Amino acid sequence: MTPVLAQAAEAAQASGSAELYAFVIIGALSLGSAIAMVMMRNAVHSALMLVLNLFTIAAFYAMLEAQFLAVIQIIVYAGAIVVLFLFVIMLLGVGGGQAFTGRLRGQKVAAVLLGLALFSVLAGITGPYWGEAAACNLPFEVRAEGDGLLCEGLAEANAEGNVRGVGLLIFTDYVWPFEVMSVLLVIAALGAMVLGKRYEDPADVVDQPAAAVPATRGPSTAGTASASAAGSAADEPGARAEDASPPDTDDEDDVRGEGR
Amino acid sequence: MLAVPAGWYLLLAAALFTVGLVGVLVRRNIIVMLMCVELMLNSVNLTLVTFSRVHGTLDGQVLTFFVMVVAAAEVTVGLALVVNLFRLRASTDADDVDALRA
Repeated sequence: MTPVLAQAAEAAQASGSAELYAFVIIGALSLGSAIAMVMMRNAVHSALMLVLNLFTIAAFYAMLEAQFLAVIQIIVYAGAIVVLFLFVIMLLGVGGGQAFTGRLRGQKVAAVLLGLALFSVLAGITGPYWGEAAACNLPFEVRAEGDGLLCEGLAEANAEGNVRGVGLLIFTDYVWPFEVMSVLLVIAALGAMVLGKRYEDPADVVDQPAAAVPATRGPSTAGTASASAAGSAADEPGARAEDASPPDTDDEDDVRGEGR
Repeated sequence: MLAVPAGWYLLLAAALFTVGLVGVLVRRNIIVMLMCVELMLNSVNLTLVTFSRVHGTLDGQVLTFFVMVVAAAEVTVGLALVVNLFRLRASTDADDVDALRA
């Protein structure tokens, strides 16, 4: 009896230290990749750092007894979302460029200070979870003594398997949100299709002839307007080069007629 | 005693959320800003899974699943918007989108 208990306590302690080592290594990797994602100058490199960070989050899910979510994280994020990011970056060819080119002076310093303030607030909330009892895989007699909130652990909820437990919850208690999620996904797919449609004339989208835009703006914003005209002309080279010309007395239909 | 209290996970999630927030505030590339939003969503997911383990119920994991679905929908529509914006402005810089009209 007693050797068995001692053995169980020893095994629990070994798994606790294994969790500690895994947490330190993966946590450093996670935080480092997150910071690197923000600091990277190239957007493609940022996306690759995001992949690394998402994999570390998946590893945390596996450590936190959420095996279903660990697999879903890899499939959905690394398999779909980041691929979508990379696809758009490479489709638009906007990988390079400056990382921080804000117009506001002192924006970076203010952002970092705000972030530190938020982090201190969030770290203050975690106070009750720092006790010995908040560690989940300790022997039971040790867990009962410590201060702080007691970690229940998922051994009971995952008794029949994590996938079965989550699936039962999704299709019983949370079936209505689940159906709403399906509708949301359909709407998102339809919205992406509508937004991704390529229009013949940008005036169909902006409700305004492109040649009339510089007339209503000051000289300081003329660069932006010509940049937009250049962007629309870049879609079909040579088709609407006259859009960048100064406004004249032509009405909307004439401009469109020349464009086509 | 070597063990990992739940507070460590919560603190790491808070740090990741902070990094994502600072990234949204600092970066000007809209695509990278969307990536930072993804990072913030993931840190909140990590918090939810941690609380699910602390409380011994699987509801937090189900909520995390729903957040993942919403994140997928958000990225789909957001990147479609970015592509549309790139056709109008020929850039993905957030500072170039300072007018409410095209």
